[in-house]
Amino acid sequence: MEKRTVFAGYSLPALLLVPQLLITIVFFYMPAGQAMWQSFQIEDAFGTTTIFVGFENYRELFKKPEYYKAMGTTLVFSTAVAFLSLSISLLLATMANKQIRGATAYKTLLIWPYAVAPAIAGVLWLFMFQPSMGMVSKALKSAGVDWNPTLNGNHAMLLVIMAATWKQISYNFLFFLAGLQSIPHSLIEASAIDGARPMRRFWTIIFPLLSPTTFFLIVVNITYVFFDTFGIIDAMTGGGPAKATETLVYKVFADGRLGGDLGGSAAQSVILMIMVIAMTAFQFKYIERKVSY
Amino acid sequence: MAEVTLSNIRKVYPGGVEAVKAINFAIPDGGFCVLVGPSGCGKSTLLRMLAGLETITEGECRIGGRVVNDVEPADRDIAMVFQNYALYPHMSVYNNMAYGLRNRKTPEDEIARRVAAAAKILAIEPLLERKPKALSGGQRQRVAMGRAIVRQPQVFLFDEPLSNLDAKLRVHMRVEIKKLHNTLKVTSVYVTHDQVEAMTLADMIVVMSAGKVEQIGTPADVYSRPESVFVATFIGSPAMNLVKGVVSAPGMVQLADTMVACSTGSVATGTAVLVGIRPDEVVLGAAGTHRTAVNFVEELGPSRLYHSTFGGEDFVIQAPPKSADPKAESLAFDIPHHAVHLFDAASGRRIG
Repeated sequence: MEKRTVFAGYSLPALLLVPQLLITIVFFYMPAGQAMWQSFQIEDAFGTTTIFVGFENYRELFKKPEYYKAMGTTLVFSTAVAFLSLSISLLLATMANKQIRGATAYKTLLIWPYAVAPAIAGVLWLFMFQPSMGMVSKALKSAGVDWNPTLNGNHAMLLVIMAATWKQISYNFLFFLAGLQSIPHSLIEASAIDGARPMRRFWTIIFPLLSPTTFFLIVVNITYVFFDTFGIIDAMTGGGPAKATETLVYKVFADGRLGGDLGGSAAQSVILMIMVIAMTAFQFKYIERKVSY
Repeated sequence: MAEVTLSNIRKVYPGGVEAVKAINFAIPDGGFCVLVGPSGCGKSTLLRMLAGLETITEGECRIGGRVVNDVEPADRDIAMVFQNYALYPHMSVYNNMAYGLRNRKTPEDEIARRVAAAAKILAIEPLLERKPKALSGGQRQRVAMGRAIVRQPQVFLFDEPLSNLDAKLRVHMRVEIKKLHNTLKVTSVYVTHDQVEAMTLADMIVVMSAGKVEQIGTPADVYSRPESVFVATFIGSPAMNLVKGVVSAPGMVQLADTMVACSTGSVATGTAVLVGIRPDEVVLGAAGTHRTAVNFVEELGPSRLYHSTFGGEDFVIQAPPKSADPKAESLAFDIPHHAVHLFDAASGRRIG
C-alpha cells in the first residue's frame, strides 16, 4: 500500500521544501548562473576590468586545438575507466554472489576503496608507481619496462585510468551485487535445466536481467569520470606531462585558476554542464522505461 | 521416456541435517509419481536431487538406466516446472519455450514446429509474442509447461506447480496436467503437499514424512490400506478417526468404554493398538450396536459431519444428508469389520 500524506494548505509543504531549495539555489543554481554570466565576459589578468563579449569566449574555445585535444583525452579516459570499472566489478560481483567461504569478508574488503578520498587514492597510486622509488615501478624496471609516468604521457594516462578505475569498482560492485541478488534463483536453475552452460547462462539470462542496473551504472560512471576524477588527476599528474592527462574538467580548472582565463574557463564549464544535463535527461527517460523488460 | 530408479538416496546438508534418509523406489516408464507429505518432509529436496540442482550425498539415482549422480542438470534430459514458474522475464513466450532448444542447437524450423505444437496443446497460441509479465497466473503456468513439453524430455519434474494458483484454476490445471500426461506418456515426478492433487494425478503415490518414505502405492492402496498412522491421517479428508484400544480377544478390541469387533488376524491378545476408522465408513442405522452423543454438526452439502466422542476420543462421522436428522442429539451406528484399520500403538505401523 502506498502511503500518501495530504497537506491541507500550502504553507507547511512550502516550509518543508525551503531547506533543500535553499541549498540547491545557493550551491548549484547560483554558481551555475554565475558561470553562465562569466562565460559571456572577458576579465583582465588582475580582475580590475570586465567587459561583456557575448559568445566570443565560446568562439575562441572552439578555435583552439587544445580544447579538442582535451576532448579526446576525456573520451579515452572516460571510456577506459567506465569500461574497466564496470567489467571488473561485474566479474567480482558474479563471483561474490556464489556461495564461497569468507564471502562477507571479501565483500567488505571490496567496498573499502570507496571510502578513500579521490586525492588520497591518487597519492596512493602515485607512490606505488613513482618512477624512482615506487614499488611497482621498481618491479617494472627490473622486468625491463622503462616506466616513467612523469615523462611519458601514455604511462601517465595508464596510471590515472588505473587509479580512477580502482576507486570506482567498489561502487559498481555494490550495485551489481544487489542486482544479482535480486535475480530469482529459480531462473538460474531453470536455465541450467534448459541446457545453458554457466557462460551462456550469464549472457542470456543474468546479463539481460541486470541491464537496468548496468544502464544506471553506465550513466553514473560517465558522470564520475567526467567530474569526480578531478582529485585523482590533480594529485597524480596535474594534467601532465604535456597535458597528456588533461581532461575537460581539469582544463576548466587549469585555464581558470592557473591560467587566469576566467571567461574561457566559465564557457568550458557551461559546456560540461549542458553535457551532464543531457546525460541525466537521457537516464531518466530510459530508467523510467525500465530498460528491456 | 525412461524409468527412474532411486536407490538408498540420502541428503545430508552441511551442518548435519539429514533431509532425506535412504530412499528407495522406482518409477516405471511413463508412470506418474506424486511425492506427497507435509512441508519439510524432504519431498522437494528429493525432486531437486533428481533434477541435479542438489548434490546427492549418498546412493544412486538412475534415469533410463543411466546413473546421473554426477551428471549436470542440462545433460539429464529432464524438464522441470517450478512453483513460481521461473519464466525468463525478458523473453517473449515464444523465446521462453525456444530457449532450451536453442541451447541444444536445434534448427530454428524444428523449434518453430515444436513450439507451435506445444502452444496448440496448451491453447496459448495467441500469447506467443507476449512477455511473461503480461500473462495471468494460469497462462504463466501453461507457458512453464509448454517450456517443458517442447524439450521432449525423458522425465518431467513438477515442483508444486499449482500452489500459486487460486482454487478454481488449480482444479482446472490439475485436469489439464493429467490429460497432458495421458497424451504424452512421459515419466513424471510431481511434488505437492495437497493430498487431493496427489490422489487425482498419481498412479503411484510416495507418502513422505521427516525424510523417510511412509508408504508407496496406488492412490487406492494408500487410501484403503494405509501402512502407518501417519499415512492414515495424512491421506483422506476429513482425517481418519483414531481410537486407543487393546486387543482383548481374537476378533475383539477393547476401547476405553466400549468394544469393537474386527478381524485381528495374527495380532496377539493384549497388544496395545490404535483403531483407525474413516468417517465415511461408519454406517448409521437405528439398530446400530454403538450409540454416541453428537457434540456439533458441520454441513458440507453432499454430506454432513457429526462430531462426537467414541471410545473416549474425538470421533467424526460423515454421512449423507438423508441418513440422519441434522439436529440429532445422538446417533446409533455400526462399524463394518472391513472398515477397521489396526495400527501398533508403539510403532504406528499397520498390523491388521
